[in-house]
Amino acid sequence: MDSGEVRTNYLNAEYGLLSWLVTRDHKRIAILYLISVTIMFAIGGLFAAAVRLELLTPRGDLLAADTYNKMFSMHGIIMVFFFLLPAIPATLGNFLIPMMIGARDLAFPRINLLSWYLYVVGALFTLYAMVTGGVDTGWTFYTPFSTSASNTNVVPTAIGIFINGFSGILTGLNFIVTIHRMRAPGLTWFRLPLFVWAHYATSLIQVLGTPVLAITLVMVALERAFHFGIFDPNYGGDPLLFQHLFWFYSHPAVYIMILPAMGVISELVTCFSRKSIFGYSFVALSSVAIAVLGFLVWAHHMFVTGMSVYAAMIFSFISFGVAIPSAVKVFNWTATLYRGSVSYSAPMLYALGFIGLFTIGGLTGLFLATLGVDVHVTDTYFVVAHFHYVMVGGTIMAYLGGLHFWWPKITGRLYPEIWARISAAIVFLGFNLTFFPQFILGYLGMPRRYHVYPDEFQVLNVLSTAGSSILGVGYLLPFVYLAWSMRYGEQASPNPWGATGLEWETPSPPPTENFEKTPVVTRPAYAYDLEEVPVG
Amino acid sequence: MASNFALFPERASTIAGEVDALYLFLVAVSGFFAVLIATLVVVFAVKYRRRSEDERPPAIHGSLALELAWTIIPFGLAMVMFFWGAKVYLALAVPPPNAMEVFVVGKQWMWKLQHLEGKREINELHVPVGQPIKLTMTSEDVIHSFYVPAFRIKQDAIPGRYTTAWFEASKTGTYHLFCAEYCGTEHAKMIGRIVVMEPAEYQAWLSAAATTAVAAVPATKPEDQQAAMVTAGAELFQKLGCVSCHRAQAGALGPTLANLFGHTVSLQDGSTVVADEDYIRESILNPQAKIVAGYQPIMPTFKGLVNEEQLMQLIAYIKSGKAGTETP
Repeated sequence: MDSGEVRTNYLNAEYGLLSWLVTRDHKRIAILYLISVTIMFAIGGLFAAAVRLELLTPRGDLLAADTYNKMFSMHGIIMVFFFLLPAIPATLGNFLIPMMIGARDLAFPRINLLSWYLYVVGALFTLYAMVTGGVDTGWTFYTPFSTSASNTNVVPTAIGIFINGFSGILTGLNFIVTIHRMRAPGLTWFRLPLFVWAHYATSLIQVLGTPVLAITLVMVALERAFHFGIFDPNYGGDPLLFQHLFWFYSHPAVYIMILPAMGVISELVTCFSRKSIFGYSFVALSSVAIAVLGFLVWAHHMFVTGMSVYAAMIFSFISFGVAIPSAVKVFNWTATLYRGSVSYSAPMLYALGFIGLFTIGGLTGLFLATLGVDVHVTDTYFVVAHFHYVMVGGTIMAYLGGLHFWWPKITGRLYPEIWARISAAIVFLGFNLTFFPQFILGYLGMPRRYHVYPDEFQVLNVLSTAGSSILGVGYLLPFVYLAWSMRYGEQASPNPWGATGLEWETPSPPPTENFEKTPVVTRPAYAYDLEEVPVG
Repeated sequence: MASNFALFPERASTIAGEVDALYLFLVAVSGFFAVLIATLVVVFAVKYRRRSEDERPPAIHGSLALELAWTIIPFGLAMVMFFWGAKVYLALAVPPPNAMEVFVVGKQWMWKLQHLEGKREINELHVPVGQPIKLTMTSEDVIHSFYVPAFRIKQDAIPGRYTTAWFEASKTGTYHLFCAEYCGTEHAKMIGRIVVMEPAEYQAWLSAAATTAVAAVPATKPEDQQAAMVTAGAELFQKLGCVSCHRAQAGALGPTLANLFGHTVSLQDGSTVVADEDYIRESILNPQAKIVAGYQPIMPTFKGLVNEEQLMQLIAYIKSGKAGTETP
């Protein structure tokens, strides 16, 4: 512990629960989000554990069919809407965007706090729906099952997701305005850290896409409650209309999860190679390309619905198109390592793990874009494996990597490096053991959302469940040692990694106003070759 | 435990080989790129590992040539995947003209199948090997999906409309039939099997129809058997009174249905429509949706009076071209 005087920072500026609940400081709001999404992740993880345990044997010996259906539905709903979507933007994005652009806060601090309250109310609504009986529609709410057949808590769950949607919309709006209007002098668009570019692209999707989801859920609720004939053919509706509307949001939503993760990886790879990013503008603009093209591929989720063959071809073609900017990013990160000074610190291990998992997730996406193969593997475990590699392997690796990287900045403490490296390795191995066998299961033909299955699928399911227990340990470890480090960790210097970026120019933890005086930017991002060596 | 553990699914239809060839191409291309990236990352990470804290490697800002290379080459490969995939998809979508028809109705939680010859089955489909089979399907309640991994086919069965799929089994045996679209409590038990038989065996199985409990329309002689589903449709056509308006006669209240199927129909609003299964289905359940030019919108709906299987029988009858030409 430092013996000197205690410096005022955003954490000790005020005390008491109320000072947190009415805060308008983006850093404190980020912490509120960090706590909330961690709780939701833990709940979603318990549901996943129940699913994997049930699938250990081909028979339904642990859970009844209805219970199992609720478990995977609630796992998906919690993880997608209340963890993966907000995880990086609402915590790291909230904390870092103003700091990275040299601002004192987001453009609308009160709206930022409102976003968090909307998230909490939405989450409580959804949890209430789960405690009072649960929901069994899957996170996809396909009609007419969700509107006419399911007798579970569909409407309360939908209301929870609806409310939470506004949290995302407002956060996106806040980021867009902040990035446009509040950059420090000299911080031109092409000097922005790629983390900011990625969040800009993400925010565009949140603002443009989320309202479509909100409206779709309203229509589901109206049909369920008042038999409006929108989706159920018995009332004159069209069940596929729902799928078009749902995926028009939910496919871009995948990019809401992965783009911020890509932003994190660009920061980590440059810092721990001590090198400028290879192909800055290609990495920056590929985020925007992904955001735009991501809106034009939704019907690739519907190739077996009997849609027009020619429409299917167009959606297949554009889906291949959206794969290219992702590939460009991977190549550029790899090239950044070339002739660098590569350190194996824990955040870098997470980043390299991300590149591995995201590459597998991205390449298997090509299988699903390929029409003739998609027919066989859609709605099987192949799809389950693919989206977990991208959304979980990708997003959570980046989230944990980013959390370790900025932990000294957020808390003013260093985490125990050796434990962090061990956990990065465990997560990587556990993840692959859990999800790789599912690709094989899928091609063999095991449908998803099956509570019992033919015997020949058991070996691979056992491997997957074994992997998930290892993965669980990997996720639990950081929870323990990061919490430990808040009290017992070594004091962090302003810039423990020798990183570029304005957030490293203020003390750790930063003062409430972030910067004593507004910084002036004279260099491009990642000018590691021009930097003094400030280690210590 | 699993005695028949495998890494690759059985291949039992004519299209399965094409799907697998494309799949293996994808595995090879993605395997190459995965290994390439993993190797580069590991080699760079080891070779350029940080040796001292004072290292300041010179900046490399990028290379337009490399950016173009790793944009254009993956795009070219993606286009090969795209065209190949589209070709296989087209082959999966268009049944050969000589395909034998089977009608499929999904409901929570069973598959009901009906052969044109009249034989009905539940969660089991018997088909002859080497004969293309066209499946016309719908659902009574929520969306289901008809999935036979060994044939590499999957098609959603959607309430309120017809979808089609086809296959030609290439090998006798018994294969899994799964429901692949989540449909509620017993989704995982909405499974069955496809029994592929030698043609002679299949004929024997068919003629045993009369002795099977689920056979709704007992066939007496083989020549009657061929048209059993049509016969059932004809009976319904009489019973429901369709024939009183849809007669091949001047002054009939409804348009004639003789030789209607597959032909273009002119509608009251000036547009035209090709009379396919979905059109006939809609005209029975929602007669006001499309009024044939020159007729009054007087037909009542038959919704609730005919179930999905009876609808399929009526359509089979209309497809036969004889509807309304016969007198009771």
